[in-house]
Amino acid sequence: MADFTIREQIICTAAHLMADGTTAFVGTGIPMLAGMLAQRTHAPNLVVIFEFGGTGAQLTKLPHGVGDSRTFYRAVAASGICDVMEAAQRGFVEYGFLGAAQIDMYGNLNTTVIGNYWPPKVRLPGSGGANDIGSNCWKVISIMGQHTSKVFVKKLDFLTTPGYLSGPGAREAAGLAPNSGPYRVVSNLGIMGYDEKSKRMVLVETYEGVKVEDVVNSTEFELLVAPDVKTAMTPTERELRLLRDDIDPDKLYR
Amino acid sequence: MNVLEFGVGELFQRPDPHGFRDYVHKHKSQAMTAKLMTEQEAVSRFVADGDYLGTELYGTVRGPMSLAREVIRQGRKHLRLAGQGIHEIDLLLAADMVDTLDITYVAWEVYGISKILRRAVESGRVKTTEWSNAAITWRFKAASMGIPFIPCQSMMGTDTFKRSAAKVVEDPFTGMKTCLLPALALDVGLIHVHRADKFGNCQIDGISGFGFEMARASKKLIISAEEIVDTSEIRRNPDRTIIPYYLVDAVVHAPFGSHPGEMCYCYWRDEEHLKTFLEESADVTKTREYLDKYVYGVKNHDEYLKLIGQDRLNMLKSKIGGH
Repeated sequence: MADFTIREQIICTAAHLMADGTTAFVGTGIPMLAGMLAQRTHAPNLVVIFEFGGTGAQLTKLPHGVGDSRTFYRAVAASGICDVMEAAQRGFVEYGFLGAAQIDMYGNLNTTVIGNYWPPKVRLPGSGGANDIGSNCWKVISIMGQHTSKVFVKKLDFLTTPGYLSGPGAREAAGLAPNSGPYRVVSNLGIMGYDEKSKRMVLVETYEGVKVEDVVNSTEFELLVAPDVKTAMTPTERELRLLRDDIDPDKLYR
Repeated sequence: MNVLEFGVGELFQRPDPHGFRDYVHKHKSQAMTAKLMTEQEAVSRFVADGDYLGTELYGTVRGPMSLAREVIRQGRKHLRLAGQGIHEIDLLLAADMVDTLDITYVAWEVYGISKILRRAVESGRVKTTEWSNAAITWRFKAASMGIPFIPCQSMMGTDTFKRSAAKVVEDPFTGMKTCLLPALALDVGLIHVHRADKFGNCQIDGISGFGFEMARASKKLIISAEEIVDTSEIRRNPDRTIIPYYLVDAVVHAPFGSHPGEMCYCYWRDEEHLKTFLEESADVTKTREYLDKYVYGVKNHDEYLKLIGQDRLNMLKSKIGGH
C-alpha cells in the first residue's frame, strides 16, 4: 500500500466526487486541489467556477485564492461575481464545495463566529460566497479536515450557511430552492451523506483503519450509520504522483 | 408586500435612490473633463471623516492598495466599510479608522483568518452586520440600478440573514418567499484598474469581480491605474471599458498600485512581503511598525515603491500569473 497523508486521502476522496462534464463551485484550498486532480484523472471536462468570475479554467497551477489569475487561466469566460452567483441562483451549478469551523447534523455550516455574535470570542471570516453556494448549488459537499466533537457539533455557534436547516422541509419553508442542499461531507475519518427522509447526516464510508465507532465518538451529535459502511478508496499511486509532483509541488497541502 | 422576517443587523448606510439620483445629476460631470491628480489630492478632496467606503478586489488581487495607504496616511476617522477584503481592510482596521463593517468576508484565504479583524471585532471596537458575498454585490447592483432594493434567493433561514439588515417578504407575483437586499450606495469607492485615460475611462483585464457594480454604486469614485493611456487607446477597444468616465471623480497613476497583491497580466503577488505582514499582524506592536514603515513612513506611492525596491518589483513582473 502506498504511503500517503490524511490530507492526500481527503483530496482524492473529494476529487472522486467531482463528475466529468459537470459544474462545480470551488473554494480555496482542498477543493481546488481536488478539482485539479479530477481534471487530470477522471474528469477532464469538469467546469470549475470561482466566485470572482472565472469559469472553466484549466487548472495548471494551484490558485492561492478564488480571484487570482490562475482561476481563469485558459478559462472559457472571465466575468464577475454577479455572473457566476446568478448562474447558481438560476439553477445552473451542480456542486458547491465548502469548508467550515463547525457543521451540524443537517449540514449547516459556521464560518462567522465562535461564541456570541458580538463581541465574539473568535471572529471568523464570515460567509463570503458560502451562503450563496449553500443556498443555490444543487449539491453541496463540505470538506472538514478535523473530525472532532468540537467541529461536528449539536448546535452551531452561528448558522452562516444553510444545510437542511432544522430538518425535512425546512429549506423550502425558509424560501430556499427545493431539491437542493447538502450532499456529502468529506472529513479526515470518512465520508458522510444525508438520510433522504430525516435529512440527518449518515456515515457511509470510512477510510482504511478507521472504525465506525471512531467516527461516531468523534461526532458530538448522534451520527446515523449506514447499514453497509464501506471502506473508502485509497489514493492510487498515479493520484499521489500527480498531487506531489504536479499539483502541489510547493507542499502547501502535504 | 408583507414583511415576513427581518434581520436585526444595523443598516449602516440607508438606501436613498432619489438622493443618489440628485447627487449623480449635480456632481457627476456629463462632459469629459480631465481628472488626473495625485493620490494625496484625490483622497483629500474626496474622502471625508465618517464616509462609507468600499474597496474592490478579489482577495489580494487588484486591490486599491496605494489608495488605501493614502487614506490611512491622511488619517480619516470613523469610516464605515463594506467588507469584502483582505490587506486593505486589515490596514484600515489596524490604523483604527473604522467604526462599522458590513462584512461578507475578511480573511486571508489560503493563509488563514485575519488577526487584525479578530482584535478589532472581539474587542467590541468595530460593529458588524453580516451579508453573503453575492448579497453585498447585489446591494451595489441595486444602487447602480437606481432602485431601493433587490430580491435574491440567498441568506434565508440562516443567522447570516438574522444578523443582516435584509428582509424576507412574500413576492406579490409568485407568492414565494424572497429576500430583499437594501441598495448600498457608497460615499466613496476605491478601484484599481489596468488602464485609464485622464477622463476616467477605465479598462480591467481578466475577471472583473464586483468592479462593474461598485463603480456604479459610488457617489465619489477614485480610480488608480497601472497605466494612463490616451483616449484613442480606450476608443480602439471600447468593449473593454468596465468603468466609463462619468462614474469617476479622480484618476491616479499608480504603477504596482495593488502591491503587495497581484495584478493579473502585470505582476504576481509579493509572497514574501505578505507572509511577513501576516506573521507580524499577530502582534499589535509589530503591526504598528509595519504601518510606520510602509504607510506613515513614506510620503506617497512613489516613495513606497522605492522602499520596496526596483529589483523586487522586476522580480514580481517576471512572474506574471505565477507561471
